Formats: sequence, structure tokens, C-alpha cells
Amino acid sequence: MSNVAQSAALELNGSQNLKKWGGWILGVGIWFLPLLWTDLTTYLVLTVAGITMGMLLFLTASGFTIILGLMDVINLAHGAFFAWGAYTGFTALTLLNKYGWVETGSLGQSVGSILICLVLALAIGWVLGVILEWLLIRRTYGSHLKQILITMGAALVMAEIITIFWGPNDEVVQTPAAFTGSIDVFDVIVEKFRLLAILVGGAVFIAMNWVLHKTKLGIIVRGGVENGEVVQTLGHNIRRIFTYVFAAGAALAAMGGTMWSIYTQEIRPDMGEENLIFALIVVVIGGMGSVTGCFLASLMVGLAFNYVAFSAPTLALGVNIMIMAVILLLRPSGLMGRD
Amino acid sequence: MPDTVLTLEGVQTFIDQHHILQGVSLEVPAGQALVLLGRNGAGKSTTLRTVMGLTPASRGSIVFDGADITQARPYEIARAGIGFVPEDQAVLYTLTVEENFRLAMLSEDEASFARQEAVFELFPDLKKFWKSKAGVLSGGQKQMLAIARTMVNDHKLLLIDEPSKGLAPILVDQLAESLNQIKSHTTIVLVEQNFHMASQVGQDYYILDDGLVVHQGVMSDLAQDHELKQKYLGIA
Ligand SMILES: Nc1ncnc2c1ncn2[C@@H]1O[C@H](COP(=O)(O)OP(=O)(O)OP(=O)(O)O)[C@@H](O)[C@H]1O
Ligand SMILES: [Mg+2]
Repeated sequence: MSNVAQSAALELNGSQNLKKWGGWILGVGIWFLPLLWTDLTTYLVLTVAGITMGMLLFLTASGFTIILGLMDVINLAHGAFFAWGAYTGFTALTLLNKYGWVETGSLGQSVGSILICLVLALAIGWVLGVILEWLLIRRTYGSHLKQILITMGAALVMAEIITIFWGPNDEVVQTPAAFTGSIDVFDVIVEKFRLLAILVGGAVFIAMNWVLHKTKLGIIVRGGVENGEVVQTLGHNIRRIFTYVFAAGAALAAMGGTMWSIYTQEIRPDMGEENLIFALIVVVIGGMGSVTGCFLASLMVGLAFNYVAFSAPTLALGVNIMIMAVILLLRPSGLMGRD
Repeated sequence: MPDTVLTLEGVQTFIDQHHILQGVSLEVPAGQALVLLGRNGAGKSTTLRTVMGLTPASRGSIVFDGADITQARPYEIARAGIGFVPEDQAVLYTLTVEENFRLAMLSEDEASFARQEAVFELFPDLKKFWKSKAGVLSGGQKQMLAIARTMVNDHKLLLIDEPSKGLAPILVDQLAESLNQIKSHTTIVLVEQNFHMASQVGQDYYILDDGLVVHQGVMSDLAQDHELKQKYLGIA
């Protein structure tokens, strides 16, 4: 009797290990798979592009995952912050260009332009986030259905307001002169702006980890993601903290939007929707509420998208959905999610 | 200092449509451990959770240390001076032992760190696992962490829900000893199914049944009263 139970337990343990390792092997292996059909140089270019995309995805998805983990709020308007950030940056760049800072300016002016864009996007995202949280989100605590309906409505309204201010058409976004063009690293062509995007994304990841692990606020947030009730009974006003977290998440998404629009050199009023889909995929793969999981998942999605888009563009999004499905089969709670 | 720390008067609590507490009245005298008894589902945990503001009372009043806290939010109640050790999942698994302490420490001043040092003497294991995730602790160690963590604050009152659940008898005795030390400076309300533990720690008791107080008295009398124990607690 106990023997049967024991071997059953062992088997369970074994299959759990298999699942765990399966997930990791898949996660790491995917980085090298494309070498089967591309040469090394192309592979490295695609890798840089994938990491860039991953870093920028991380900016949106990380906010989404913490908001979901901390207050169990599904915010489908998160992509709208991304679009608003992009349009804010676009407006700033257009203005700065009139003063000769963008297309022609010096290195200092280019760096200044980017900094101004990022700061303005962060500010706009923060303000919009606070407004949305006060106006709508806090009325939906506890009901996913309400959240989905209301934030979907908010996303539509926010996209509509963009068309009122900026018109419904695509616009071209200028990249500041110092960040156009590329550098050649052993035959691998690396666009300068990609390096900047990787730098910004990496810096945000490091800063976020620092806040989450080294500050009391971070401990409260991580504790709250695990069990908000306990954290409240220890004397912390989770709701107020959530407002800040929500605003910070919105600000990061807006910053991601600016970076993304400069990277792709175009903006559209509905650009938030596409980004939201990627963010959702990333959050599901990474595990809800986990920042490190989100970071890994962002990189995976960015890389997979680029590797596949190179040889079979129409499959690029599909392959990410497939990865999501496989990960969910192996680890239902995502890479770093709790069971 | 008033000699009653906490007073509940006709407290009624609904969870969704269910009328769980149907008018609970009780008084917690300062400087002792008061025990809440009653069979499973009697409403003991709900009583503590209602005091903490987690399932707010819809009628009646809760007065703590002279202030009405009936409508206060959980974090305000904690800051007012009530420490809470819930029934399950009290510690945060993904945080280290140290972080669990830091989360609980309301003001990071010298006095709090001094109390933290004193807590280590009561629960030396915790220092050993200081940098480990609380999730790796054993059940007993988790329970100790949940209690110890609240003691870094200068709480007037501790609400502790079934700390002996799932502990080996020897650990239960240790825990009882710790609680006896704690109650020398902090008033305790203890929910406890383990009668042995309850009688080791508690002075006054209240028995709840179906969301009402059905009996009260002192533990030493209850130990003798087999009929009462049989009727409400289902023990001989
Ligand atoms: N979230 C809830 N939804 C519905 N009913 C609930 C909920 N929580 C508690 N109850 C009900 O309230 C009653 C009292 O529960 P409570 O947890 O307070 O009992 P208890 O005395 O602590 O029991 P135990 O000794 O088993 O812990 C029970 O009948 C329970 O089913
Ligand atoms: Mg209970």
C-alpha cells in the first residue's frame, strides 16, 4: 500500500521535474534553433532585433503583470497608455525638429530629444494612469468581467481621443540623427537605436528589480502580489500603493510606446491593441505577477517573433501563440508563476 | 489604561448573503489570554476577521482601546495596535524571513529592532533561516514566523487563530510556552481547538456556536465541566 503511494509520489515528482526542465530547455533551446536555417551573421542580426523587441515589450508587459498580480486587475487599457506615450513622443519630436534638434542636430541634441520624449511619455502615462485608476479601476475591484468590459471601453475611448487630436492616419516618426544608421560589429550590422532600446529596457529591468527587492515599497508590492489580505493586516494601505503601482505601470507602458514608435518610425491610433496582444502573451508565458518571468518571456517572444518573421512573416504572431500554448501545457502557471 | 482592551457589542457579519455572526458580544480584559472556543464553522475565525476589518461588521460595534474601529480598514486597525495571525497562509512564502519581518515592522526605529532581537530569543530557529524564503520553513516554523513577526511592533492586542493547527505535540507545548511569555506584556485573543493548549494559555473563555456566544467563563472551570465540553466542543 505505502509502496504504491511512494512510487506514485515519485512518479509525480519525476513528471514535475520533467515539466520544469522541459520548460527551461524549451526556453533556452529556442534561442539556437534558427541556426538550422539561417547563417550565423543573419542569426546574430535577428537576435539583436529580437532582444530589442523583447526589451520594449517588457516595458509594457511588466506593468500589466504587476497590476494583475497585486490587485487582480485585468487592465485591457494598458495598450492605450503605450499609444499615448508614442503620440506624446511623436509630438515632442515634431516640435523639436522645427528647432533643428532631431533630423540634423548634434549628438547632445539627439540625446536631449530622446530624454525629453521619455520624460514626457512617463509623465503623460503617470497622469493618465492615476486618472483611470481613480475614475474607473477602483470601482471594478473583485470583478474580472467588469474590469474587462470597462477597460476595453476605456481603451476604445483613449484611441478615439488620439484620432481627435492627431487624426486617424499613420504618421512617420523621426529618429534623432545620432541614433540613425548602424554600427558594424564583426560583420553584424547593429542599428544604433536598437542598442539604445536594449540599454533602456535593461536599465528599467535592473531599476525595477532594485525597487522590488531592496526597498520597503518593493517588499510590500511583492508581498501584496502573493497575498494582499495579509499585507493589509500588517498595516499597509494596499489600495493607495496600488494607485502608485498602476500609475507607474502606465508610465512604463507610455515610455515603451515612445521607444517603440521611434524604433519602427511609425505610429497609428490603434497601435496599443497590437501591443496589448503581445503583452498578454508575455504575461501568460512569464507567469502572472512575476517581473523576472516577464523579462524572460519578453525576450522569448521578441526573439521568436524575429526569427520566424525573417523566414515566414505570416507565421510570426502564430508562433508566439504556439509557444504560449506549449508553455501552458508544460507549466500552467507560466515560467515563473506560482502554482 | 482601560482594563478592557477590546469590546464587541452585538456584532453581526454577513459574507455574501450568509448571516455568519448573528450578534457576538464579548469583552477582552487587559493583560490576559482570552480563548475563543467552538466547533468547526462556529464563527471563531470570522469573529477575528471582523475585528480586523477583513469581513466588516454590518451591525453592532467594535471598540478597541477606547476608539470605535467598527468601520476602520484593516491597515488602520493594524496601525491602531492590533496584531493578527490568521488561520492559514499567514506568512508570505515568496519573501525571505527577514522580509516578512520588515513587512510587519510598522516603524523602523530602534525600539522595533530591539523587540526583534528579543523575538529571536523566543524563536531562535528564525534567525537561522533569516535569509531563506519563508516557503521553505516547516509548518511549525511558519507558524512561529507568523507570530514572531507581529511582535516587532508594540501591539496592545494580538489575535491568533489556531496556531497549533498541524503541529506536533512537542511543538504545541513550546508554542504554549511562548504565548505565555507574550501575554505577560500583550493581551491575546486566541482561537484554539486544541483544548490542552487552550487550557495551558487561556484564562477567560467564550464559546461560540452558530455565530453567537453561547457560554463564557474561566478555563479552569471549563476543564472540569464535561457536559459543557461535550455539548459545544464535542470532546469528552
Ligand atoms: N467566504 C465565505 N463564504 C461563505 N461562507 C463562509 C465564508 N467564510 C466562512 N463562511 C462560513 O461561516 C461560518 C463560520 O466560519 P469560520 O471560519 O468563522 O468558522 P470557525 O469557527 O473558524 O471554524 P474552524 O474551527 O473550522 O476554523 C462557517 O459556516 C463557514 O462555512
Ligand atoms: Mg477558523
